Amino acid sequence: MKPIARPVYLDLLRIHLPLPGWVSILHRVSGVLLFLAVPLGVWVLSRSLSDEAGFLRMLDWATRPPVKLLLLLAVWAFAHHLCAGVRHLALDIHWGVNLKPARQSSLAVMLAAGLVTLLAAWKLFA
Amino acid sequence: MKLAVGAHTGTGTWLMQRATAIVLSLALPGLTIHFMLAWPVDFAGWQALFAPLWMRVLLLLTVLALALHAWVGVRDILMDYVHFTGLRLALYLAVIITLAGSVAWLAAVLWSQA
Repeated sequence: MKPIARPVYLDLLRIHLPLPGWVSILHRVSGVLLFLAVPLGVWVLSRSLSDEAGFLRMLDWATRPPVKLLLLLAVWAFAHHLCAGVRHLALDIHWGVNLKPARQSSLAVMLAAGLVTLLAAWKLFA
Repeated sequence: MKLAVGAHTGTGTWLMQRATAIVLSLALPGLTIHFMLAWPVDFAGWQALFAPLWMRVLLLLTVLALALHAWVGVRDILMDYVHFTGLRLALYLAVIITLAGSVAWLAAVLWSQA
């Protein structure tokens, strides 16, 4: 009998992550982004509180499209990290660990983070 | 003598990650809503938002929890992906300096105008 042909290498175009896998890796990606946002956030706060010119400069920056996109990315990262984190805490206490609820909660995390990001985009760009 | 290595040391780290996660999941949305309700403000109004002592203490404690949370998370990621020990230790150091520096800097910013 011929052995079943098995992949001997990982073809990234053919294998794909299930939804809980996406939630997990995006939890990491968003976590790194939020880590990078910490010193940046303290810097913005420092400038905005130092004097009126600094405050107005930060407000002016927030109207520029590239900065708005960066803000939107931060909103998504925070929303996804928070939702995926709450899901993680639920899994910690063995809540929703079976395949079906785990997939459903993954979809809920993706949709919730997407919805928050859409709302922020509407607020920022409309 | 207390063992500095072994399988059990992960439990404390795990617990720290969960405890700070719960604090942050309450504090950060709460602070966000508080600031959004106050918006829009001018410069004097912006400064006034940070004037109460409770706000400054709350912000500092929140960012301290954030720094501890981020340290555990980024450390886990570096342990997974950076296998060259020297480079990993150098990156640990950079992360610690960034986070500890951010906390100290925030304290300086919040208390410089008092």
